[in-house]
Amino acid sequence: MATTHTLRAKHRRSALRTLAFLSPWLIGFAVFFAYPMISTVYFSFMHYDGFKPPTWSGTKNWTYVFEHYPFFWPALRNTLWLVVIMVTLRVLFGLGIGMLITKIKTGTGVFRTLFYLPYLAPPVAATMAFAFLLNPGTGPVNSILEKIGIPAPGWFNDPNWSKPALTLMFLWGVGDLMVIFMAALLDVPKEQYEAAELDGASAWQRFRFVTLPNISPIIMFAVVTGVIAAMQCYTQPLIAGKVASGVIQGAGTMFEPGYPEHSTLTLPQLVYNLGFQRFDYGSACVVALVLFALSMAFTALLMRRRGGLIQAGD
Amino acid sequence: MPTRIPVVVRKAAFALTASTALLLSTTACTGQSATGSDDDASKETTLTFWHAWSAPNEVKAVKSLIAGFEKTHPNIHVNVIGNMTDDKINQALRAGGTKAPDVISSFTTSNVGKFCSSGALVDLNPFFKKADIDPSTTFPKAMNEYTQFDGNRCAVPLLGDAYGLYYNKTAFEKAGITTPPKTWSEFEADAKKLTITQGNTFKQLGFMPNYHGWETTTEHYLGQFSPTYFDTAGKSTIATDPAVASAFTLQKKLVDDLGGFKKLETFRSTLGDEWGPKHPFQTGQVAMQLDGEWRLGMALEAKPGFEIGVAPLPVPDDQAAQYGKGYITGTIAGIAATSKKQNAAWELVKYMTTDTDAVVAFSNAIHNVPSTLAALKSPDLKYDARFKTFLDIAANPNSTTAPASINGGVYLTTVQQLGYDYESGKVTDLKAGLKKAAAQIDTDIAQAK
Repeated sequence: MATTHTLRAKHRRSALRTLAFLSPWLIGFAVFFAYPMISTVYFSFMHYDGFKPPTWSGTKNWTYVFEHYPFFWPALRNTLWLVVIMVTLRVLFGLGIGMLITKIKTGTGVFRTLFYLPYLAPPVAATMAFAFLLNPGTGPVNSILEKIGIPAPGWFNDPNWSKPALTLMFLWGVGDLMVIFMAALLDVPKEQYEAAELDGASAWQRFRFVTLPNISPIIMFAVVTGVIAAMQCYTQPLIAGKVASGVIQGAGTMFEPGYPEHSTLTLPQLVYNLGFQRFDYGSACVVALVLFALSMAFTALLMRRRGGLIQAGD
Repeated sequence: MPTRIPVVVRKAAFALTASTALLLSTTACTGQSATGSDDDASKETTLTFWHAWSAPNEVKAVKSLIAGFEKTHPNIHVNVIGNMTDDKINQALRAGGTKAPDVISSFTTSNVGKFCSSGALVDLNPFFKKADIDPSTTFPKAMNEYTQFDGNRCAVPLLGDAYGLYYNKTAFEKAGITTPPKTWSEFEADAKKLTITQGNTFKQLGFMPNYHGWETTTEHYLGQFSPTYFDTAGKSTIATDPAVASAFTLQKKLVDDLGGFKKLETFRSTLGDEWGPKHPFQTGQVAMQLDGEWRLGMALEAKPGFEIGVAPLPVPDDQAAQYGKGYITGTIAGIAATSKKQNAAWELVKYMTTDTDAVVAFSNAIHNVPSTLAALKSPDLKYDARFKTFLDIAANPNSTTAPASINGGVYLTTVQQLGYDYESGKVTDLKAGLKKAAAQIDTDIAQAK
C-alpha cells in the first residue's frame, strides 16, 4: 500500500512539474487562441452590434452569410482562386528563380538583391505602383503591348484580369521564397548529384530524384505558409480595387470593396466589412469561422498528402 | 528520456495553431454597452473632440472654431484631434475609455442610422428641448432629416454639402450653348454637343456619366429625381418608385450615347483623380461635372484655362418646376454614449452647430454650405457669387437626401452595386434587377434588427 501511495505521489509531482513547464504555452494558448476562438463561435450565434449587449439569434447569422449576403460566395471563390493559383505559381516561380540564382557563377549578389528588393516594398506602395503600371489607359505596360500588337487587357479594371494582375504583383514580390529555396538548394549534398551523374541521370532526373526529395520539406513549408497568407490577403486587393474604381471615400459615400464586379473581394475583407463597417459582429464571426475551417482543411489536406514528409527531427 | 509527441497530435496541433493564428488576425468580438452622464457643465472640465478634417486650412478653421467656444465657455477646455476616419471613430465609440472622444464629427451621413439605432451616440432630443431649440426650424429640411433615425436625433448637422453642376463656359460658347441645361433632355443634348472624339477616345467629353470615379454616384443622380427609398413600414421602394427606374434609365442612356461603358471606362482610367489638380473638369477634358460646393475653390486654385460656370443640376422633364433642387449631405456632429461629460459636450455641440456667428465663420473658412437656416441668410457670409447657387440649393425645400437606415448606408451600396451591373451590361433587365436589389435591402435591414 505504502509503495502505491509513493508511486501515486511521484506521478502527481511529475504531472505537476510537466504542467509547470508547459504553463507558459498553456496560458498563451488559453488567452490568445482558445478564448478568442470560443468567443468567435459564441458570437456567431448572437446578434451583436458592438454597442448593445449581445442577444441570442440562433442560426440567423449563418443563414444570412450563406444565403443572403451577396458578397460571400464571390469572396470565397476569389480566396480559393488565390489559394490554388497564386500559391502554386508563387512556389514554382520562387523555386525557379532560386535554382537559377544558385546556378549563376558571377554577380549572384546583384541578382539576389534585385529579386529580394521588391519583397521589401510596403504592400500599399507596391499596389499603387502596379495600378499605375497596369492602368489600361495610361500605363506603360499596355502602351508597350499595344505597340507590339498584343491586345491590351483591362487589368485591375476588368473582372477577368484583376486576379491575374494581383498574381503578377505577388510574383514580383517572390523574394522571400527565393531566399528560402536558395538556402535549401545549397544544402542538398553534392555527393548525391555526383552519384546520380555517375549513374547517368539526366538533368530532369537529377532534379526529380535528388533535388526534389531533399527540398520537399521546404516546399511544404512554402505551400502551407503561402496558403495561410493567401487566405489572409486583404490589403493589396482592397487598394487595387479602390484605385482602379476611382471611388474615394468622400462626403456621404461608402466604398464597398471588390471592384470590378466583386473580382477583388476576399474573405478577410468581408470580416472587416461586416464587423467594423456594418456593426454586424455575429455575421463577421461566421465568416471568420469559415476562414478558420478552410485553413484547417487545407492544412490537414496538405499534411495528409505529404504524410511522413516532415518528421519530428526535421 | 523525452517522449515524442504522437504524429496525429503533432499534426493536429500544427493545423490548429496555424488556423487559429489566421482566425485571430481577422476577428475581435468584444465590446461594452453605453452609459449616461450627469456632469455639471459649469465646472472646470476638458472635452475630447475628434474630427475628420485634414487639410491645413481646414485644421486651422477647426482650431479657430474651438477657440471661439473656449472664449465663451472659459471653464470647458477642448482637446482637438483631427484626421479621424469613420472606421477609427466607430472603434472609439465602441471601446470608450478615458482617451475616447466625447464629441465626434463625421463626413459620412449615411452612418447616422447605425449610430442612432446602436446607441453609439446619445439622443440629443432632450438636450434640444432643454435648450428650447427646435431642430425643424433651425436646420434646412434635408439636413434635419439625415441627422435622425426613427425619432432618435443622435446627430446634428455641422456644415453641409450641396451638389450642383459645374460647366466649362468656354466650351459651352464654342459648342453654341448659351445657358446651362435645366432638364435632363437638355443635358443629354448638351453632353453630345460638347463631346469631341479623337481616334478611339475623346479629346473632350461632354459629361462622364459612369458611376465610378468622382461624385457621380447613384444617390447623387437619384437626388434629382426625389426618390422615397423606403415606405412607411420601412420596406424598400426602389422597385416600385418610378423615380429610381427613371434615374437608372437616364444614366444608362448617357453612357450608351457617349460611346458605351467600356469606352468610357478606358477613358476614365486616363483621367486625374478627384482631389488632385488634374481633375478632368479642371483640365478641360470633361466639360460638365456633377460635384459639391467645394469643387469651386479647388477648381479656381488649379487655374484652369477657361471660365467656370455653376448651376443647379438638371431635373426630370416632368419636374421642371422644381429646378433649383439638389442632393444634400454634409458633416454631422454627435456626443459619444460612452462620454461621462455629456452636458459639457452638449455645450460644445450646441455652439458649433447652432451659434449663427460660429457657423458662418466656420463656413467662410472651410468653404462648405452653412447648416442652419439663419446662417444661410447671414450677411456675414463671404463667398464667390457662384457659391450662392449652392446656398440656394441647400435652402431649397425640394432638395433631397438619402434617409438614415438602421444599417447605415448599406442600402445605398446595394443600389450602387445594381448601378455598376446595369451600366456595364451585366444586368440587362432593370425591373428584375431593382426587384432583386429591393429584396436584398429588406433582408439586410432584417439582419441588422
